Formats: sequence, structure tokens, C-alpha cells
Amino acid sequence: MSLEDLYREVILDHYRSPRNRGHLDSPDAVAQGVNPLCGDEITIELDFDGDRVVAVALDGQGCSISQSSASMMTEAIKGKTRSEIEELTRRFRSMMSLDGETDIGLDPERPGSVLGDLEALQGVRKYPVRIKCASLGWNVLLEAMSNEQ
Amino acid sequence: MIDLSHLKADFPILANGVHFLDSGASSQKPIPVLEAMDRFARTSYANVHRGAYKLSVASTEAYEAARARVARFIGASDPREIVFTRGTTTSLNTVAFGWGLEHLGPGDRILATEMEHHANLVPWQMVAKRTGATLDHVPMTDEFRLDLEAYEDKLGPEVKIVAVTGMSNVLGIIPPMRAISDLAHRHGARVVVDAAQLVSHAPVDVMGLGADFVAFSSHKMLGPTGIGVLWGRMEALAETEPFEGGGEMISDVTLFDATWAEIPHRFEAGTPPIVEAIGLHAAIDYLDSIGMDNVFQHDRELTGVALQRLSDVPGLHVQGPTDLVDRGGVISMTMDGVHAHDLATILDDEDVAVRAGHHCAKPLMRRIGVAATARASFHVYSTEEDIDALVKALRRAGDLFGVGA
Repeated sequence: MSLEDLYREVILDHYRSPRNRGHLDSPDAVAQGVNPLCGDEITIELDFDGDRVVAVALDGQGCSISQSSASMMTEAIKGKTRSEIEELTRRFRSMMSLDGETDIGLDPERPGSVLGDLEALQGVRKYPVRIKCASLGWNVLLEAMSNEQ
Repeated sequence: MIDLSHLKADFPILANGVHFLDSGASSQKPIPVLEAMDRFARTSYANVHRGAYKLSVASTEAYEAARARVARFIGASDPREIVFTRGTTTSLNTVAFGWGLEHLGPGDRILATEMEHHANLVPWQMVAKRTGATLDHVPMTDEFRLDLEAYEDKLGPEVKIVAVTGMSNVLGIIPPMRAISDLAHRHGARVVVDAAQLVSHAPVDVMGLGADFVAFSSHKMLGPTGIGVLWGRMEALAETEPFEGGGEMISDVTLFDATWAEIPHRFEAGTPPIVEAIGLHAAIDYLDSIGMDNVFQHDRELTGVALQRLSDVPGLHVQGPTDLVDRGGVISMTMDGVHAHDLATILDDEDVAVRAGHHCAKPLMRRIGVAATARASFHVYSTEEDIDALVKALRRAGDLFGVGA
């Protein structure tokens, strides 16, 4: 495991150019999260059409891992239903070893085939102190989904 | 340059080649400290001030000898002015709750500064809420120095206590303590100094500082964790109530009341950190054998070298003053396009250990206008090779993130 595996180009790209950055006009759901240890901040805003997320906005500041993970997450959840997002979150947390060592069937021969760009974050697992960075946006997302007005 | 490179061999943990640049958070311990604690625990340990047996007497004597050694180290006139606590944070809480709750009320003002560590800020926020006193802050100038003119303006008869850092743990700057104390005393206010970074890195004479309370920790000055010191001017300690009750701190106890033991024991409820006191004693002996003037000079010379070498790392910014005027061995850095935590991870890959984050000083970070910095800080075992490694690793971070590309 080397630093180059942690800081893959796709991560740096999302860090430099976060997707869905900004705010929604009158979001259906909002949540904000802070990692008190390092001060990283993320705000997630969602618009729903029935059960489906139709718009998402991301705001925040912090390290490349927290911000790129959240940015990739916003891309991954757009257009998905609540249950699809919950399943995606479960797979992401497994990849981060947050719920024990669960094999989610990542295929080294076909990178991105299971979780898309998010698979680039698997290197974070080797840096335990940084797993909290990668999961911050996902925790905020779950909170936002439970906050729908 | 003062050459202390021979000291590195005294620190076993550094033998694996780590470039330890996080002494501002906690320092490493030399062999004489480790051995003194080990020897004491093997041969002389028992609880203090309790038993009539020989071991307890020996233990008590060693514990009290440590108190006297601390007093001599900081120029205290009387060992009874040395209170052993769990660390700087407990020392400052002792002043906030033990002194503050007794002497503050509605209409009174607590004056802190914009550059305080949370340990000299949050207790005062708590005490302000409980007493109805207000909390105010001395700002910094645009050059990141304490604004002494603003300080004078804010002083007045309603200011009862001034809480100020002896040396900023983020920027390394050293406020002019004597002037601050004298001005406060002119208005009848007490002065408490968070000296965690100061006593560990610079010669300190508490009478010279002019303050009323000075708090510091053993673990930042080559000693063990778990013990710290509150020095108080005797008259200031006399107007302080114990803020923890328990064994050892009493003179007499009935079912409904208690009277306090003499100073300083009334402030040391429960079994104190005994082995740690022996370790602190050894750490002070070690530091004094080097000479605190030399420790301070060594830190500053390294800081000067580092500031100069860091100035041509692409995208790197030193936060706060970039000169050596009234500052110690702490450098806070940011790099364009690379977050402090990413910097720390990349530096760690090169075995360079720095702290990244807000350094328990979030108001100061907001004032500087950054969310996080990477901080390099020095102690006697730090060398120019450590700075070489730091600079090399910072350049690698810049390359990895394409800084300046």
C-alpha cells in the first residue's frame, strides 16, 4: 500500500472540483455534520420526488478524503430511491470495514464495476485514522434522509 | 548553533528513525526519566502522607522533594505554592472553578485572549455562565501579536481576572507577560497564565512573570503524563477554594462538614500522581543539566532554520509571524490545495510526525482564517535532519497534489 494508492487521481479530481457543490432553493431535507476531532464539515441538501432523490447539493470544507468521498457520493445517489441509497451506503461502509470485514465482491480486474468511482476510496482502509474522513458525508446523508420534511 | 544532537540517544523511542515534530502536543521521555520512575516504583513506592511505615515515609519524602524541585525550577519562593494536578487543564480548571466561583458575579468581567487554547477558554465560559460574569477577549493585531492597546482599553475595575497564554501552541508567539501582569494588577485583577508551552521550552521565573497563577504540564517537558502543576502566589491560593473534595485535602471531617488541609494539600484531593512526580523531578534535573536558556535558544535556532527552508517550498504558507521575535519553536503551516490532514498523512509516510487540525484553538484558527494547519514543534532532541525530512516530505506532498503544476 502506497500513498499513490490512497491519493488516486479520481480522488484528487473530486477534491479539486467537487460535484453538486452549492445549495438547493428549498430542499426537502438538510443535514450538517462535523468531525469534532479534525473540524471537517459537510452539509447535504436533498430534493425528493416520492421515494427518489432528484437533486442533491453539497457544501463543506475539509481534507481530500472527506470532500472527495462526499462528492462521489452525491453523484452516486442522484436518481436513486431510498432503499437503493441504503444499499449503496451499506456497501460503502463494508468497503471501509466499518461493519466488520465484509466482502462486497470488488473485482480487481474490473475496477469500478461494483461501486464506480467510489472504489477509489478503498485505499483509505489502510489508514484507519482517515476512515472517519471518508465516512463523514455518508453519515450526514443518512441523517438528511431521516430529516425529510 | 547550539549543538544538542548528542541528546537524541537519550530518547529510545527516536531510535527507529521517526522525525518527531509534535513535541508541542507531548514530548518524548529521556532514559533518566524512565529509569527514575522505574527505580522508584521498584524500590520506594507507597501511598503518600498516610502510612507510618518506612516505605510510605520514603515515598512521601520523594513526592515532597519533587514539589521543592519544581519550586526551585520556576523560581517560586515557597514549595507550598506548588500544587500538583493532573495537568495544565486541571490546573486551569482549579483556578476557574476554585477561584472564579468565589470571586466572580454579575457585572464582573473575565478577560481572555483570542489566542487561547480551549483549556484556558472553555473553563471560563463555564464559570461565566454559572456566575453571571461576562467573558471578553483581547484581540490580536494584524501581525498576530496580542494587541496591548486594546488590552489596556478593555481593562477596568470590573475586570477581575485576566487569562492569557504564556506561549501560543499554534503560532509560537510569546506575549509580554510582565507588562500584561502589571497592567492587570493596576486594575486589581488577578492573572492566570497557561504556561504549558512556555515552562517546557523557556526559562521561567514566576516572580518575573508577575502573574498570580501559572499552569503547566509535565508531559510537555520530557516528563510523564498524568501530572501537572499549578503555581499560585500564596495570597492567591489563599483566596482559592478546593474544587475537588476527597481524601488528603481535609483537616477534619464530620458527617456534615469538613475543614481543609493546609495549602497546597487542600488542592490535592485523592491519591496524587506519585510515580509521575518522581518522573517530573527527573525531567527537571535533565532540563536543568542542559540549561533552559540553551533549550530555548536551540528551539529558536531550529525555528529560524525551518522558517528559512520552508520559505521556498512551493505553495507553502507559514501562518502567523515569520520572524523570531518573541516566539518559540512552533510553526503552523498550510499548503495551497492540500489540506492539513492530507499533509500529515503524507508526512507520516516519510516518518515525519506532525500535528494536523485546529490544535484545540478553534477561535484562533477562525481569526487566522484557516480551518486547520499542520504544525511542526521542536524540543531538545529535534535536529536539522528532522527539518530536512520535513521539507522533503512537504515537497512530496506538493508533487502528489500537483501544487504549483
